[in-house]
Amino acid sequence: MAGEVPNLAESKLRALVVDDNLVNQMTHHKLLDRLGIQNDVVCNGQEAVDVHCSGRNYDLILMDMEMRIMNGIQATKILREMGIESKIAGVTTRAEEEERKEFMEAGLNYFQEKPLTISKLVSILHNLDFCVQNQNHTKFF
Amino acid sequence: MDTLVAQLQRQFRDYTISLYHQGFLDDQFTELKKLQDECSPDFVAEVVSLFFEDCEKLIGNMARALDQTGNVDFNLVGSSVHQLKGSSSSVGAKRVKGLCVTFKECCDSQNFEGCVRCLQQVDIEYKSLKAKLQDLFSLEQQIVQAGGRIPQVDI
Repeated sequence: MAGEVPNLAESKLRALVVDDNLVNQMTHHKLLDRLGIQNDVVCNGQEAVDVHCSGRNYDLILMDMEMRIMNGIQATKILREMGIESKIAGVTTRAEEEERKEFMEAGLNYFQEKPLTISKLVSILHNLDFCVQNQNHTKFF
Repeated sequence: MDTLVAQLQRQFRDYTISLYHQGFLDDQFTELKKLQDECSPDFVAEVVSLFFEDCEKLIGNMARALDQTGNVDFNLVGSSVHQLKGSSSSVGAKRVKGLCVTFKECCDSQNFEGCVRCLQQVDIEYKSLKAKLQDLFSLEQQIVQAGGRIPQVDI
């Protein structure tokens, strides 16, 4: 089983987890760790904006939709207005068509339903064209 | 004659399977176990512990909101239910998640009695799961202390 999990440590990707739920923060952080992706965690959209204002940037942002203080839709809009070109994947348990559309239109690159798993995260990476190294060969998507 | 380790391993296997078959846990719990490794050998126990703390806090919030007789803010209750649904979904707490779906419907339709019933059920259910997982983790510890390895259980 361990051999089937891609390792992206060499690609030095950096990710940001944006979620106000502690359980999700812990699981998403660990999922990214498991794939060798260094990652930071913030608690809401406002903190996601603030961390970019302080000069940090990321290759991938996992953005929850519903959060207090500032939700994922608002945060995504602001980040795009700031010129942030990172790949943003919306992750949420809410999957109604209207809500999905509104979230995508805010500036997402991809959308994935929670709860996240290793294979869902790999799917996010594949769909966002991140290089995924698997054992002896490199795949580009 | 079975060794102690073999007996414990069989108990662990049977108990794990029963938790899935009785609907306490779903595939997401299996996904959490995949994330546990030598670097974080207590990962599942830590996440689950965080989940139960979350349950306690959110249920407290819901109870306080429902206690405002004649002035219940159903949006506030619904917001806590949404959080609990998210957490329970993330750890594979299948029954708790299922109750949250019903609970959210009661909030959306401002059904006070329904909300109170759901709150009671969610409280019972998370405590029941907590006790069962404590038993499961205890079995793991006993296996390790007896010198054995925790078996991988295919559901």
